[in-house]
Amino acid sequence: MKENKETRAPESQKGHTIEKPKSSEGIGSMVSIEINGNKYSVPLGTTILEACKQNQIHIPTLCHHDDLCIAGVCRVCLVEVEGMRTLQASCAYPITHSLKIHTTSPQVRRARRHVIDLLLSEHYGECYACVRNNNCELQSLAKEYGVDQFTFGHVSAPLFEEDKSSYSVVRDMNKCVLCKRCVRTCIDLQEVGVLESIYRGHETRIGTFLDKPLADVICINCGQCINRCPTGALKANDPSDEIWLAIDDPTKHVVIQTAPSPRAAIGEEFDLGPGHSLTGQMNTALRRIGFDKVFDTNFTADLTIMEEGTELIIRLYKALVEGDKQIALPQFTSCSPGWVKYIEHFYPEYLDHVSSAKSPQQMFGALIKTWYSKKEGIDPANIVSVALMPCAAKKYECNRPEMVDSGYKDVDYGLTTRELAQMIKESGIYLPEMGKSHFDDPFGDASGAGLIFGATGGVMEAALRTIIELVTGVKVENVFENMNIVPVRGFEGIRYAELPIEKVGPVPEILKPLVPNWDWLKGATLKVAIAHGTANAKKIMEDIKAGGKFSECHFIEFMACPGGCLGGGGQPIPTSQEIRAKRAEAIYNEDASLPLRKSHENKHVLELYNDFLTDGPCGHISHKLLHTHYTPRGKYIA
Amino acid sequence: MENKVKREGAVIFSEYNRGDAVKKAISIGREDVLFELKESKLRGRGGAGFPTSTKWMLTAAAKSDKKYVICNADEGEPGTFKDRVLLLEYPELVFDGMVVGGYAIGAKEGIVYLRGEYEYMLKSLQDYLEEMRKDNLLGKDILGKKGFDFDIIIRLGSGAYVCGEETALIESLEGHRGEARNRPPFPVNTGLNGKPTTVNNVETFASVAHIVTKGGSWYSQHGTDKSTGSKLFSVSGDCKKPGVYELPWGTTINELLKIVEADNTKAVQVGGASGLCISKSQFDRQLGYEDLGTGGSIMVFNESRNMLHVLKNFMEFFVEESCGQCTPCRIGNVKLLEGVEMIEKGEYTFNYINKLKELGETMRISSKCGLGQSSPNPFISILENFKEEIFNNGKGGK
Repeated sequence: MKENKETRAPESQKGHTIEKPKSSEGIGSMVSIEINGNKYSVPLGTTILEACKQNQIHIPTLCHHDDLCIAGVCRVCLVEVEGMRTLQASCAYPITHSLKIHTTSPQVRRARRHVIDLLLSEHYGECYACVRNNNCELQSLAKEYGVDQFTFGHVSAPLFEEDKSSYSVVRDMNKCVLCKRCVRTCIDLQEVGVLESIYRGHETRIGTFLDKPLADVICINCGQCINRCPTGALKANDPSDEIWLAIDDPTKHVVIQTAPSPRAAIGEEFDLGPGHSLTGQMNTALRRIGFDKVFDTNFTADLTIMEEGTELIIRLYKALVEGDKQIALPQFTSCSPGWVKYIEHFYPEYLDHVSSAKSPQQMFGALIKTWYSKKEGIDPANIVSVALMPCAAKKYECNRPEMVDSGYKDVDYGLTTRELAQMIKESGIYLPEMGKSHFDDPFGDASGAGLIFGATGGVMEAALRTIIELVTGVKVENVFENMNIVPVRGFEGIRYAELPIEKVGPVPEILKPLVPNWDWLKGATLKVAIAHGTANAKKIMEDIKAGGKFSECHFIEFMACPGGCLGGGGQPIPTSQEIRAKRAEAIYNEDASLPLRKSHENKHVLELYNDFLTDGPCGHISHKLLHTHYTPRGKYIA
Repeated sequence: MENKVKREGAVIFSEYNRGDAVKKAISIGREDVLFELKESKLRGRGGAGFPTSTKWMLTAAAKSDKKYVICNADEGEPGTFKDRVLLLEYPELVFDGMVVGGYAIGAKEGIVYLRGEYEYMLKSLQDYLEEMRKDNLLGKDILGKKGFDFDIIIRLGSGAYVCGEETALIESLEGHRGEARNRPPFPVNTGLNGKPTTVNNVETFASVAHIVTKGGSWYSQHGTDKSTGSKLFSVSGDCKKPGVYELPWGTTINELLKIVEADNTKAVQVGGASGLCISKSQFDRQLGYEDLGTGGSIMVFNESRNMLHVLKNFMEFFVEESCGQCTPCRIGNVKLLEGVEMIEKGEYTFNYINKLKELGETMRISSKCGLGQSSPNPFISILENFKEEIFNNGKGGK
């Protein structure tokens, strides 16, 4: 009976995305309305909430989120529409004819206050003992409506145990207001569907399949639900206490690697608007906190390009020249641990397409406790390796049992941007005022190619900058203005690009053991694609399954989170399309300002190949330390 | 199971032979079917009383490759059992009404959403549909009318009260959790699987069968001006003759109590748990959309009943049966129930009870669907109409 098999979301949540009017031009496409006695004209189909927003009329919301489809369940945004018996949820009411709307009439104010009072009566927890203190939408609503007492009582003891089973996401249903943003995030945005309402009536709550702990269901750990939770019901699994202990322990050598996205967003935690890069300031603050060394994950991003790029060349050579039918193409990126877990659960039969190269975080972990420790003469047992990530899934990734190739746990802790901001504040530091400083050697400052890994399309762009130069011998800036490979940038959920290889150059030294020449690529067209958000990843995977155009691709970048890493589950809250675009801008601007913008020109990377990974990219040593394997998990949990 | 039809009236239980309405509909054509329906002034028999012709015309006007006719047989309102009687004893009325609906709006698929507890009648209903197929009252080119294809399937509910709400019913049919949708858009445009859908009550379809056969003006001469035709009432509680009664709209509560032989009646709950509870002084009120509109549940309480217990029972029902998605209904009903318990224990202030009444008023206008909008009705009406009994119970408030 179900016709639209693609969508798993309940109609009540999914079906009611109200399409934005395409054009406000033309006769009949504008509607005259009256809000609080003033006349306005809005495009047909605009929601009342949107119409009010456009005209600077504030309406409180809770279950509404710009990234998500409409729910209309919290009933905070109620307004009065003349001629209607009941109040209407302004977020869910499309204007299709002339209306007279009142946004602050006595019954509206009373209803909103009632709703807030009811929510508070069941919200257990004290604000000052909550991770979301001062950044909580329920708290703000209570303040906005002048709540100074619990009219309908207040729960005095927790009803539910916190679910701390997951390495990534902690759920405290005592604080849940049932806005279902997490449900809509998980179902619509990510098409994972781990969270849903369970039970009925007053017993209703958000739960997993059979109410199992989060660690035991098919959660991909992306943490997008955390970013959209209005309260402290969802938070990341915070390792900062352990990290403080390590910092305070003089026998421990505590190093931190910092991913590209946190630096472009951490300013938001210090009341800067989105779009400020605080790379140098953060380096200084990290040393002030007590980290012994501060490294740039972009270094291993550059290394990833070398390894993953080489792997791609090997796959293409084997498939196209040697005619090996066993070679899996297109090759998929493996940097995003949310994506990796997604494909392990949902498309395990395609795992051989995923690059065996580890993510930059895990490559760095393996190098720190081998090459670095040896070079610096530090016992790896005494090294505590922390990774600052925009990501919730990185916490899970570093705890994967296979991630111990150094002989130790390669990365000890994954720390989110939010958690680091907290540590910085606790250290009495106001980040924007810090002086700037560089990253520590022996890894040094890395390339802009590594930096743009933070934005959707960034891994692809970084890879192309290198592949184009290594294969054609032509400088990438001579092909793309300012080295900006615009066709792979942007925020469309799925992007596709073709790059014809018209001429080829000599094979560079580092790849000579692998291919005799590039003649086999001459005249070929490199086909690439990019997806961010696993709902989009799913579309590509289904297309590949059906033998569609994406199955013809050579290389596809997948990022679990909308916007890529800069929209990760560990980034500052709130998030929106606009905020993510600003973060991307900050990253691309910083890339444009760097002297080094190509991974294969990173001299520290080349040194590493000379000094340690002596049999080159995808060689024996690199395979032992920098590559991994995946686990076909399937969708069905025993 | 014994069906207690105590009184057969002149409309619903008037003479009818299977296929009559379908034959007539085909002979007069689609537009005249809708015209007769409009003439009849039939209003939805599920309780909300929305004009059926408007619903059908909107669905007929909606452009789509696919449309659906859904029969809401989720009869879940406490105290109502008249749809069960129609389905078991007069399936020809219901199914013919659906076929006519398919003809009028241009749908090829009909679905009966049958209350889970009525599973026992599934087999007989399916056998009946099979007979209709043999008679070409279902299937392709019905009764020889080229291109008029229509068939009916039966789906079982799973016991959620909220699935009687039409959009929650549609969610349930799609395999989802039973939760009401936002309106607009309405099912007449965006219904099952996103297609135009008309959802009508069992009794509405039965009425349609008669209206099409006998004419809209025949129908509207029964009942009152705004409440035409007759209504099936499911009468239960403290009376000698509980059962299903067909009575013309306009009948007063007093008249009804007499017919069902109720003595010493203290209160009558009109419209089930979500309806209104009225006291003796209001027994001269009329059943009908002008005054007491109802889906047909009538519960009679005599002097021996404790009205606070009655209220508590209703509120417990709503606390459990709220779908849980919107705040006013999910938490509001709990607060109202707590208020009832406070009164029970004598641990209340009038100030707080008044706050709860205000909350009830908010729930009426701010809940997402009809469930939460009507769940405060018993709280508000019982506390108002029986305040003497409830607040003078010797325990007293502060």
